[in-house]
Amino acid sequence: MIAVIDYRAGNLTSVKKALDHLGADAVVSRNPNVIVQADKIVLPGVGHFSATAILEQTGLRTAILRRIEQRVPFLGICVGMQWMFESSTEAPGTEGLGLFAGACGRFPESVKSPHVGWNSLVCDNGSRLLRGIPSGSFVYFTHSYSAPVVNATVARCDYGGEFSAAVEQDNLFGVQFHPEKSGDLGLKLLKNFCSL
Amino acid sequence: MLTKRIIACLDVTAGRVVKGVQFEQLRDAGDPAELAAAHSQAGADEVVLLDISATHEKRATLADTVRRTARQLFIPFTVGGGIRSLDDAICVFEAGADKISINSAALADPSLITRIAERYGSQAVIVAIDAKHINGEACFEAYVSGGRNATGRDAVAWAREAEERGAGEILLTSMDRDGTGIGFDCELTRACSEALHIPVIASGGGGDTQSFVDVFQRGKADAALAASIFHFGLHSLADLKRELRSAGIPVRWPC
Repeated sequence: MIAVIDYRAGNLTSVKKALDHLGADAVVSRNPNVIVQADKIVLPGVGHFSATAILEQTGLRTAILRRIEQRVPFLGICVGMQWMFESSTEAPGTEGLGLFAGACGRFPESVKSPHVGWNSLVCDNGSRLLRGIPSGSFVYFTHSYSAPVVNATVARCDYGGEFSAAVEQDNLFGVQFHPEKSGDLGLKLLKNFCSL
Repeated sequence: MLTKRIIACLDVTAGRVVKGVQFEQLRDAGDPAELAAAHSQAGADEVVLLDISATHEKRATLADTVRRTARQLFIPFTVGGGIRSLDDAICVFEAGADKISINSAALADPSLITRIAERYGSQAVIVAIDAKHINGEACFEAYVSGGRNATGRDAVAWAREAEERGAGEILLTSMDRDGTGIGFDCELTRACSEALHIPVIASGGGGDTQSFVDVFQRGKADAALAASIFHFGLHSLADLKRELRSAGIPVRWPC
């Protein structure tokens, strides 16, 4: 069972819908007891970094960390990926999971913000999440903050400078773009995650 | 690099896509869910579903239409037309829309923009502006109620206020060009795009490939709305993107 974490921010139906379309057994839940039983965890997210504070208050953070330690595959999407880093200048008081070093920051003034639309990826070979998704593929982004390029970065994107479009390390996966809104390639990525 | 988006728009009423013939006569043109999926396959970067229902009874089916359409669509999906309150917006989001578009209701009560953005994020809120050239002047006035009523507001100033209040994108329709096919209003689009820090979607007047090249290059549009397939056949949508690419406009290709 794949648990799609509901943290009362933004629209969760599209991720669930894409997983349903792929025939995955996905459950939308905010119950820590469901999370600790999940074989895979997806943390979707559109909205504000501070919205992740509710994960701390509801015991979800502890449940997620426990499953991550037990090597359950975890996929953070958009703000869900940003939350895997230490912090974000969007909400200085809200702590991220700190699974990856660094802070998320705003785009420079030289470009329009939010970054909305289809942009291309520069992918590293060997990523399990991006299997079958070559460099130059277009995926759909919508965000005003982004994560830095780190050792775990497996896909980069350029918009007013390079940022992490996808990260991957052991059982940890994160994407800044929206696979559930990126057409057939996005569905392929989700399928790769489901088959891990 | 970030590509220019081509957005397909479907007009619906009572759960069916309609095609306007000579102003008021509407002809049934198909099922929204099927047509939206076909547009996605043909290369549309996003789909907008615009409810043009004249009556409350006809609008009652909107949530069901949105739900059916969203189920088989895996690209961004915007719903607009007749959204007057936060509750209306919630209903459409829960049915599966990624973004909503508001027009008259935002001008009547600009705080609606902020209230929807606080709940769903700015990226989910598009403010639609219908603008008309003021005779003899290099400025544009915003209209509401499907272009029937002038507001006395400068369209670019209103767009700037919408951005400050939390809009994530502006859908800018030139009333002078709408339905003419003679090309987008690049002057209007550029004035708005340069005044804002959020993306501007140009609408009204799209015709041949050159009109799209112009609105991206001279008009500085971030995206362009291709009025329904009836002005834009499915095959020509794919051709349009191919031709834009040849003209040096960055587009998502292959789709």
